[in-house]
Amino acid sequence: MKILVCISNVPDTTTRIKLSGDKKSVETNGVQWIINPWDELALTRAMELSEQNAGSIQAISVVSVGDASVEPTLRKALAVGANEAIRVNLVPADSYSVAVQLAEVVKQENPDLVLLGIESSDFNSSGVGAMLAELLGFASVSSVSSLELSSSGLTIKREVEGGTEQLECPLPAILSVQKGIALEPRIPAMRGIMMARSKPLKVVEPVAVEPLSEWIELELPEAKSACKMIPEDNAKELIRLLHEEAKVI
Amino acid sequence: MSVLVYIENRDGQFKKNQLELMSYAKKISEATNQELVTLSIGNVKEEEWARLSAHGATRVLNGENLPNQIDNEVFAQALFAAIELVQPKYLILSDNNTGKALAPRVSVKYRAGIVSGILGLPISYEPFVGKKRAYSGKAFAHVKVNSDLKVLTLSPNSFEIKESSGNVQLEAFEPALPTPKTKVVQADKQMGKLLLSEADIVVSGGRGMKSADNWGPLEELAEVMGAATACSRPVSDEGWRPHHEHVGQTGKIIGPTLYIALGISGAIQHLAGVSSSKVIVAINKDPEAPIFTAADYGIVGDVQKLIPQLIDAYKELKQ
Repeated sequence: MKILVCISNVPDTTTRIKLSGDKKSVETNGVQWIINPWDELALTRAMELSEQNAGSIQAISVVSVGDASVEPTLRKALAVGANEAIRVNLVPADSYSVAVQLAEVVKQENPDLVLLGIESSDFNSSGVGAMLAELLGFASVSSVSSLELSSSGLTIKREVEGGTEQLECPLPAILSVQKGIALEPRIPAMRGIMMARSKPLKVVEPVAVEPLSEWIELELPEAKSACKMIPEDNAKELIRLLHEEAKVI
Repeated sequence: MSVLVYIENRDGQFKKNQLELMSYAKKISEATNQELVTLSIGNVKEEEWARLSAHGATRVLNGENLPNQIDNEVFAQALFAAIELVQPKYLILSDNNTGKALAPRVSVKYRAGIVSGILGLPISYEPFVGKKRAYSGKAFAHVKVNSDLKVLTLSPNSFEIKESSGNVQLEAFEPALPTPKTKVVQADKQMGKLLLSEADIVVSGGRGMKSADNWGPLEELAEVMGAATACSRPVSDEGWRPHHEHVGQTGKIIGPTLYIALGISGAIQHLAGVSSSKVIVAINKDPEAPIFTAADYGIVGDVQKLIPQLIDAYKELKQ
C-alpha cells in the first residue's frame, strides 16, 4: 500500500500577520514556515499506521504545490519519516488550481490512500480534499477524526453535524483529516534530518489550469478598544453590563 | 436563473443557523432579482415548514425520501440534480461539515468559484466579491469569483435572521442516486446538545480550570445561559475535554455573539480562533494575560470562585 500526504506550506501559527504594501499578500520577512498543522497530523497518522501495520505500507510520499520556497517544509516531512517528496512547480491561485495539480500527481503516482488536512491555516477554504475526490472519483470521507486499516480497506470515524459516524471505506480513497486523527506531531530527530538530505525530492511542472477565484485584497481586523475591568467580587456587575450595555444577554 | 439554498435539518428540525442561512439566501435572491429555491433532504417535521416559510422560503425541492446523512459523493449527486433542475446563479450552503464537503464538489463539476465561509453579504455583486476569514482569523480576504455559478458557504453568525413572508410550496424531489462507496456502520448523535457552530453564547475553559473534574460548574453556567461549551488547545490535548470543543487556530474558528473565556491565557493561536466574536469576556487570575487585550470585559480573579457567582447573577437577572 502506498500513501500520499498532501502538504501546504504555511506561516508558523505564532506569526503576527502583517500585510504587504499592495495589501494583496502578507509580509513574509521574518516568517517561519511550517507544515500546515492539519497536514502534519495526516503525516503523523500515516507514520503511525506504517509502524502499527508492519510491512503493509510500502511507501509514504508527500506532495506540495509551490515554488522552491516550499522545499524546506518538504524536507522537514522527509525528516519526520516520509520516503519521498514531490513538488509541483506552481504558485497556486486558489484551491481549485491546487486540486487540479494534485489530481495529476495522484494519476502519476497511483497511491492507494491520499491524506490531507481539512483546511490550510492560511487560506482556510477546506476545498482541496473534496475537489480532489470529485476530480478522481475515489471513495472519499471528510472531517475524519480516526483512521485504522481493515481487511477490506479503512475503518473511519468522521464528524457530521451533531454527531459522529463510523464508516467502512474501500481503497483507493481520499480522506481529509482533522484533530483527533493522531497524537502530537513528531519532531524530526538529527538522524532523520541527515537522512532527509539524501531522500528524493522530485520537481514536476504544472498542468495548465484557470483559477476560479482570486484574492484581490487583504485586510486586518480592527483593533479592539480597551478592556473594561470589573472588580473581582462583582460578578453581578459583569452580568448587568452584558445585559444593559453590550446587550448580548 | 435562481438562487439555490440547501437547508439542512437536524432530527427533522431546522436549527437557528439554518434560519440565518434562509434569511441570507432570501436577501441574495432579492438583491439579484432571481427566484429563490430551497433544497431539503431527509424527513422534516410538518410544523417546521411554517418556520421556514416565515423566513422567506417559497419553492422547496423536498427530498423527503432521501437519507439525511449520506456519503459525500452521493450527496453531491443529489445536489447536482437540483442544480440541473433550477439552473442557479448562486448556490448557498452552510460553512459546516456538510457545506465544506459539498461545495468543492460543485465547484469542480461546474467550474464554479467558491467563497468559503463568506461573512455576510458580498462587498459587490458585479463583479462578485465576498469577504472571508484568512490566516485562521488573523486577517480577512476579499475573494473575487469569476465564474457564472457562484458557490457560497455562509459563516455562522455573520448574518441577522430576518422574518419575511414566504409561502412554502413543496415539490417532490427524487433524483436517482448511485450506490455509495462508503458504508456507515454506526452513527452517534449528540442529542439535544447545543453545537458550537450553532451557539450564540459560548462558555470556554482553559488550563486555569486546573483539572477535568472542575468542569461541572462551567457546564452549569453554559446550561443556564443556553450556551455551548468549548475549550482551549491545552485542555483538549490533555484530554480534559473532547477535541471537537477545541477553539483556536488549529481547532474551530468561531464568531458567537458572546464568548466567555474562563482561565484561558489567550495565546495568539487561541485569539485568532475567537477574535470575531461580538463581545469577549475574560476571567483570569493573571492581570497580564494576553486574553485581556482581546476582551471587552474582564475580571482578574479565580474562576472556581467566580463561576458560581456568575450563575447566581445570571439567574437573578432572568427572574
